[in-house]
Amino acid sequence: MSKSKKISYAITLVFVVLLYAVVALLISQGTINRYYGGIITMICINVILTVSLNLASGFLGQLVLGHAGFMSVGAYTAALFTIHSGLPVLVSFPIALLLAGLVAALFSVIIGIPALRLRGDYLAIITMGFGEIIRVLILALPFTGGARGLIGIPAVAPRKSGINANVLLFSYVFFLAVLTVYIIYSFIKSRHGRAVIAIREDEIAAEASGINTTYYKLLAFILAAFFAGIAGGLYAHHVGVLNPAKFDFNYSIEILVMVVLGGMGSITGSVISATVLTILPEALRQFSDYRMLVYSIILIIVMLFKPSGLLGQRELSIKKLVQRIFDTEKNTGKVKKEEG
Amino acid sequence: MSVLETRNLGISFGGLQALQDVHFSINEGEIIGLIGPNGAGKTTVFNLLTDVYIPTDGVIELDGENIVGQKTYQITQNGIARTFQNIRLFKDISVIDNVKIAMNSQMKYSVLSGIFRFPAYRREEKEVSKRAHELLQVFHLDENAHDLARNLPYGQQRKLEIARALATNPKVLLLDEPAAGMNPTETMELMETIRLIRDKFQVAVLLIEHDMNFVMGICEHIVVLDYGKIIAEGNAEEIRNNPKVIAAYLGGE
Repeated sequence: MSKSKKISYAITLVFVVLLYAVVALLISQGTINRYYGGIITMICINVILTVSLNLASGFLGQLVLGHAGFMSVGAYTAALFTIHSGLPVLVSFPIALLLAGLVAALFSVIIGIPALRLRGDYLAIITMGFGEIIRVLILALPFTGGARGLIGIPAVAPRKSGINANVLLFSYVFFLAVLTVYIIYSFIKSRHGRAVIAIREDEIAAEASGINTTYYKLLAFILAAFFAGIAGGLYAHHVGVLNPAKFDFNYSIEILVMVVLGGMGSITGSVISATVLTILPEALRQFSDYRMLVYSIILIIVMLFKPSGLLGQRELSIKKLVQRIFDTEKNTGKVKKEEG
Repeated sequence: MSVLETRNLGISFGGLQALQDVHFSINEGEIIGLIGPNGAGKTTVFNLLTDVYIPTDGVIELDGENIVGQKTYQITQNGIARTFQNIRLFKDISVIDNVKIAMNSQMKYSVLSGIFRFPAYRREEKEVSKRAHELLQVFHLDENAHDLARNLPYGQQRKLEIARALATNPKVLLLDEPAAGMNPTETMELMETIRLIRDKFQVAVLLIEHDMNFVMGICEHIVVLDYGKIIAEGNAEEIRNNPKVIAAYLGGE
């Protein structure tokens, strides 16, 4: 690894730790109230969803229209586990999250094997159908609470344990979001990620270059579903009540919009757009009736002037940002000297 | 020794017999030309060799082993690499990554190793990076290693496609109209490059080309296809004077 890369990673790490420390402190002191805390949690959950969908749609180039379906599978799996396992929630919650990811991944295998062996956009239609079927199944099954919703999902830390549940939940969502970004970023930079990108660029040429396209398509799709499942598990324990209506087609589209807006094939773009598009509807609350209108208009404007999304396929680096700030200072300094 | 051999190779699409009794063999390090009028079935031969179509008759033997029924990527891994008539690069990624992708099947590290940057990842990535640069140097593309493939001029894109095919360590290289759209200087340069890679990589080359100066200039053996059948075979001199070939190209009795 080159020295400049090491510095870049170090700066990013410091930034992440600082961000966590500050927000966790503010939450524990109550400066960030439950409303804002909820928005921050949703930002992290949406980051996980957006970055993972970007792997399937931005890097692999397969349109997935049922990401909320995988999320709902994860949400119900995790919730049912913490409700029924009988373990203390501090223990059962991490297990539940892992299970949520694994069950979602299992579903992605079942629908991915027939759909991904073919070339073309079959996956879009199949995942769309999957999302709807899951929603209807949740409504019909006896143990999911049906349309009334699944209630009684425990908070991540019981009140008598003395642990601040808000801080703990924030820690979970924050670090899992960071972990998701890290894993998908380094996956993309590995030989496996290159193979995935090759499939997006030209599937026939990828196959002719010795890439087992079916394997890599499945791999990326399963990884994406796994993280969507984890996001679902986090969501279930954040809201406490699961309503199947939340996981409808619109939510899948909402996540896809975040991916497209940030840039198909840009992880940092996904992080930024997930953050902005989670805050935006809340910030627009004062316009009440018009907020979805404003939201749509903003999207249209971005797409008109920047069709490849905010960042396209580029990545944003904190190190470069810092450098740029210092460089401009230095440069202006130089200019002044020359003038003198 | 023959490295690739086809016997009685044929395919029909419905009632149309596109290829019939195609029979040829390529020796190690040999350069063979496949020519014929438009629609003769030249690219179809390539597509059969690489499992884009599955032959309805015959066998294809690579190093004495029948490869009919193997998947495209397996055939590539076993030693047949190809380029395409209309260049198919991975356009939105860097030149060097185009080459590294073709080396994927020679790398071994696992998904976990890739994500958590285990020593196997570092070692293999370093090695592949070195090999990719060496390969690009052969084609004078090393200065452009970090440019996007789409930003290369046309002639260099053709070269990159050949470099990518070579990166899979092939025994046989299939080139589909490598000189298409090149000016005479570029064509001359390409002939030099093909001879160079044959010598350097000990690879047999089977190429389709319409530029007769190119084919006659470089190929040791030429196979002529017309209406899906081989009508002539031989060296440049024999082909040039073969009445059947002249008739196929210019019309005749």
